[in-house]
Amino acid sequence: MTDIAANALQLDNLSVAYRVGRRDRAVLRDLSFTIARGEAYGLVGESGCGKSTVALSVVRYLPRNGKVASGTISLDGQDVMRLGPEALRRTRAERVAMVYQDPGKALNPSIRIGRQLTEVFELGGLSGQAATDRALAMLNRVRISDPAGVMQRYPHQLSGGMQQRVAIAMALAKDPSTLILDEPTTGLDATVEAEVLDLIAELRRGLSASILFISHNLAVVSRMCDRVGVLYAGILVEEGPTDVVFNDPRHPYTVALLRCLPRGDQRKDQGRLDTIPGYLPSIGATIKGCAFAERCALATDLCHTTPPPLHDLGGRLARCHYHERAQELPRATPARVEFAMPPAGQSEAVLRVDGLNKTYHGHGHALRAVKDLSLDLRRGQTLGLVGESGSGKTTFARLLLGLVSPDQGGHIELDGKALAPRLGDRTDAEIKALQIVFQNPDSALNRSHSIRHLLSRALKRLAGLRGRQLQDRLDELVRSVRLTERHLVVKPRQLSGGLKQRVAIARAFAGDPRIVVCDEPTSALDVSVQAAILNLLADLQSKQDASYIFISHDLAVVRYLSDRIAVLYLGRIMELGPSEEVFAGPHHPYTEALLSAAPSLDRRENTRIRLDGEIPSAANPPGGCVFHTRCPRKVGAICETTEPPLAEAQDGHGIRCHIPYAELARLQRAGAARPARETSLPAAHPALAER
Amino acid sequence: MSAIEHPASTTALDTTAPRGAWGDTLHSLSRSGTFLVGSTIVLFWIACAIFGQHFTPYDPLASDILNSLAPPSGEHWFGTDQLGRDVFSRVIVGSRDILTVAPLATLLATIAGTTLGLLTGYFRGILDEIVSRFLEAFMAIPVVIKALLIIVAIGTSKLTVIIVIGIAFTPIIARTVRSAVLAERELDYVAAAQLRHESAFHTMFVEILPNVLPPILVETTVRLGYAIFAVATLSFLGFGIQPPSPDWALSISTNYGLIGGGYWWTVLFDGFAIASVVVGVNLVADGVHGAFND
Repeated sequence: MTDIAANALQLDNLSVAYRVGRRDRAVLRDLSFTIARGEAYGLVGESGCGKSTVALSVVRYLPRNGKVASGTISLDGQDVMRLGPEALRRTRAERVAMVYQDPGKALNPSIRIGRQLTEVFELGGLSGQAATDRALAMLNRVRISDPAGVMQRYPHQLSGGMQQRVAIAMALAKDPSTLILDEPTTGLDATVEAEVLDLIAELRRGLSASILFISHNLAVVSRMCDRVGVLYAGILVEEGPTDVVFNDPRHPYTVALLRCLPRGDQRKDQGRLDTIPGYLPSIGATIKGCAFAERCALATDLCHTTPPPLHDLGGRLARCHYHERAQELPRATPARVEFAMPPAGQSEAVLRVDGLNKTYHGHGHALRAVKDLSLDLRRGQTLGLVGESGSGKTTFARLLLGLVSPDQGGHIELDGKALAPRLGDRTDAEIKALQIVFQNPDSALNRSHSIRHLLSRALKRLAGLRGRQLQDRLDELVRSVRLTERHLVVKPRQLSGGLKQRVAIARAFAGDPRIVVCDEPTSALDVSVQAAILNLLADLQSKQDASYIFISHDLAVVRYLSDRIAVLYLGRIMELGPSEEVFAGPHHPYTEALLSAAPSLDRRENTRIRLDGEIPSAANPPGGCVFHTRCPRKVGAICETTEPPLAEAQDGHGIRCHIPYAELARLQRAGAARPARETSLPAAHPALAER
Repeated sequence: MSAIEHPASTTALDTTAPRGAWGDTLHSLSRSGTFLVGSTIVLFWIACAIFGQHFTPYDPLASDILNSLAPPSGEHWFGTDQLGRDVFSRVIVGSRDILTVAPLATLLATIAGTTLGLLTGYFRGILDEIVSRFLEAFMAIPVVIKALLIIVAIGTSKLTVIIVIGIAFTPIIARTVRSAVLAERELDYVAAAQLRHESAFHTMFVEILPNVLPPILVETTVRLGYAIFAVATLSFLGFGIQPPSPDWALSISTNYGLIGGGYWWTVLFDGFAIASVVVGVNLVADGVHGAFND
């Protein structure tokens, strides 16, 4: 505080180690960076690279087995490591605020929001009515509707987005000089995430606080931060202004990371995503030379033996011996597609769903999770399902699989034959035709069984194999998902997330399924692993001619894999059509809002379509068009009274909206809220160019 | 493509977990003080039950009327009882019956309780409603009363005691297993099993059971302590282990009238023995619980 010019946060040669099994394992290695007053600094990297450890070290919240081995951390010019207990408490109470990924855990479940928020002001010396008034004002500032009502509620009565706003309000209540945001929007829907990010950006303008923004999502960081640091194995490998680093990366790791992301116009039939070979060095591994050398195709003997210095490239830093040619990094995965895709739109339908409904009954009211859903899926194609949480995506998937029973009246047809609604009534052939890859492999793979057992059992039950044949098929299956023999003997918990998901995919493919439902299969994975899994799914599809129902909240991922897209809102299809048409528009106002909410590295827009509020409860959906309460293009009373039909605007492209297709086209072009097609943006920078 | 994509896939095995889940548990058990002390006590009494008869200074059943109710001395460390039998020898071998009956009863309760818990937790619905209400009603009656009623009805023997205590403890284990199964059932691997048309039996016993073993093991060790206590109570009341067994509780029951006469040694050492076994088993249970829940 004494020196105004001092950096808000300064880390000098910080090394942190965790003691595991009587050995200190280095997590952060000689990390130095500074955040200037009022600056937003992004820290990116894959899981396990030490991002959160940085956040914990700054406020000395390291777990008991963690310790700062060397280096200094200074907040406002004050050495955090030298603070006495009282000074540390005051620093935490007054100067630094943290917002974590899961707001549900940051709020006390048994205390009303008002009390929790007022308490922060009381700690600051206010009392009684004054504290309450400030709390109310704070809730207003984070744009919570009905703040007085929210004050009276308990955390569980608020949605995730609202909880995160409250957590932000609490963090800002003490007017901190440094705000640490650790994956603040990771668990939220894209539309809610966009709102929370807007809020943070807006609050930043009114605050002097410096921000340390930690995220695995490069697009989010590029939107929020002035400067960015890329962490790899606890080492800062690159740093610089955000747009410079992301558009002109000078470290092979940054280059590779950027290439793993499915970009606007990339599709499975045009090429595979690039991947990063190998794995992050394990925590505490001894690193000789460059930490990334093992996975870097540009690495030479020098890289393996000598740690590269942090080269100063004028306003930016890169820790690479060959930073000037980092972008020449060859692709780890060839872009070319090995197998011909079936011609789109020509194959016959494997699955036809007609008038499917699902109502849950409970506590006196009916909850319509899926309403009047009709669609079909063609052989070898992918149908993408998108929508916010609560839109009925997962219920629809479970209805198809027979895990839940639909209401009377709907039909599901598999290969032209009616499919029994209940799993127990389906034949073995029907069962093996429809399989699923669940979102969370930890839940989907039985933790007591070895990988060999998991896969053999599936082969035995679904493919009916025994003995020698089973062994041969098992070897083949394991190879097809790029696992090796040695992965078979272990239990799921000994594998990394990506490998576990490969096992889950192998299991789904054991019985040569016709249709595989993929329920957010990559949402728990790092981008490099996600790219490998998406490539694998695309390869398996073209080899086996399987059809996918692909559920994801990540629109770029859906776009990469899908031939057709269904946009769901409150259990209804709002838009259904070929992937390119749905993305290119004209599209339903809801689709438009989803697309505009999705953070993207390619886009830098100022005006965005905002959806106000949260998705309404399916127990009490709005009358008329269910989207009218949040629709930015609502035309009038008709939206509130009459539910529009899913009108076929063009061949195979239906939109459920009162606004005629031509009018939507005009509005969305005129809106110029964002470029009509991301592909029309200037060509991708050289780092991302295909080689 | 595969060759380039994952050249290092062999290094992806998580080397921080070389032992597996059960290995980790054993490792933390071996470092748990409570577990080590408890198991030492229990193992001591088990050893006495098996080999004790070869080491006792006297035949535990041989009476010596001329030397009855002798106080502790160099000859008879713990004194003698009313019939002149050596108390020390009797205490050493007195664990034989209780350490057979109580574990077998617990085993029976574990098997029956686990099966019931799996069935009610897996099928839920009306079966669960009926069975759970029935078990709750059954649990409302105190164990000793239940046991007495049944023993009075069908007569007493070691087998009866095993069955009676087994039945009495079944609902408690069933309840623990049921709640663990309810949580497991929501995991996707159960749905995955259904999508392979696995039988309900396979799903319950091959898929779910291994994952609920930790809480079952904890509950079983806790129950074992209570079972020892229950068997001792029944024997004391004359409905458990029958004479001429040198059983501790039986000895206390026979001799406690003598405390008033100052013959404390006929009761005290047997009482200590029972207490030490119960404490030992509870320490083991504590250790097991800690190992699974840290």
